[in-house]
Amino acid sequence: MKYVDEFRDGDKARQIAELIQSEVRPDHQYRLMEFCGGHTHAIFRFGLVDLMPENIQFIHGPGCPVCVLPAGRIEAVIKLLENSDNLILCTYADLMRVPAGKRDSLHKAKARGADIRMIYSSTDALNIARNNPGQQVFFFAIGFETTTPPTAAAIKIAHHEKLKNFSVFCNHVETPPAMAHILSSGETQLDGILGPSHVSTIIGSHAYAECCKQYSTPFVIAGFEPLDILQSTLMLVRQINEGRFEVENQYCRAVKTDGNKKAQTLMSEIFEQRPLFEWRGLGELANSAIQIKNRFSDFDAEKRFAMEHIEVADIKGCICPAVLRGVSNPDECKLFGTVCTPEDPKGACMVSSEGACAAYYSYGRYRTEVEVVNS
Amino acid sequence: MCLAIPAKIESLDALASTAIVNLNNIRKEVSTLLLDEVTVGDYVLVHVGYALERIDPVEAARTLAMFDDMQALGDTE
Repeated sequence: MKYVDEFRDGDKARQIAELIQSEVRPDHQYRLMEFCGGHTHAIFRFGLVDLMPENIQFIHGPGCPVCVLPAGRIEAVIKLLENSDNLILCTYADLMRVPAGKRDSLHKAKARGADIRMIYSSTDALNIARNNPGQQVFFFAIGFETTTPPTAAAIKIAHHEKLKNFSVFCNHVETPPAMAHILSSGETQLDGILGPSHVSTIIGSHAYAECCKQYSTPFVIAGFEPLDILQSTLMLVRQINEGRFEVENQYCRAVKTDGNKKAQTLMSEIFEQRPLFEWRGLGELANSAIQIKNRFSDFDAEKRFAMEHIEVADIKGCICPAVLRGVSNPDECKLFGTVCTPEDPKGACMVSSEGACAAYYSYGRYRTEVEVVNS
Repeated sequence: MCLAIPAKIESLDALASTAIVNLNNIRKEVSTLLLDEVTVGDYVLVHVGYALERIDPVEAARTLAMFDDMQALGDTE
């Protein structure tokens, strides 16, 4: 595939890795956070960890929307489904198996008879609403800035068509406040950040400038392919070695400084800042999420269905919150790979393919065992 | 969640703001509402049924050339 295969060349990957090896200072530890689950996944899938010198450590960030969604938001939806008989829930597949309260999930709610449709696009949710005028169609919207514009477009179209049976449960969150929170908490020492690829196509590389400056931390916007990640790592190593902290853009084939203005305009037409929103692992963060503007409140599921706020505790032993803050690694969790697996996940980070636990389980769980056998 | 796949635009419906893209020989209709200018032959990043951004062929070539430069540098060492 064009723009994919050429960024996965193994020989070139080894060459860039050699350059990194030759440029790192042996006396320095490089702690680099890849914010996105997409990066975590690629780092493990393509074995990039094994190409790195020992003093480069990838710290996994909270950039997995499914993982940071508090279980109470899913529980609230399940409650709503149980109390209504004409509701169709539309959701991206990622959310289906995320544990809600008491080991419940949307998947189990569907098995009990709830009308839940897995959709690929917000456009599908609109079509379901058009085709089922007698039923209420509830779109469970999640995602970072990458996924927000398609939700905004759906609301705008629904408003234009005066659809009476379509509403959106908005759980869209924003990346820069989460990054600022992690950098300001000081819980994890970080030397540099591999910045989001596709979030940045929308919000632009300049969105991180303040964060970079305030916390004197090097940023490189990195594409999701293995050569992109390796080149970005090299760019971070160079910034660190030279004592610079700037926002550099490795993914310039898709990311502009100002991002996608048309998408930004659409988002600001439909959404406004939400004063406070809870993130799993990070807690309640001010101005870190968005909500539907009053003008479009007819399409706001939270208002239409007066949805309640539910607190759900994570299951005992699950360290997802610490993994999401970059404080712990998945294999430090007692449940990892035994009680908690992708087939029967107990924590959200094991559900989504972008979750750090799922990446460790799928590609990394035999790494340490192999070392033992060989020694 | 933020996965977006490069796909080539094969045809456009300007009125409906949609395009048929080719994703590794799978054809799919996507929305072009988020983009100002797209033309047939452009590669776009497709995410949840929407074209998010055009892929800039010049910048892509430049990035690939940088990999080659790194390789050359690695070979001389």
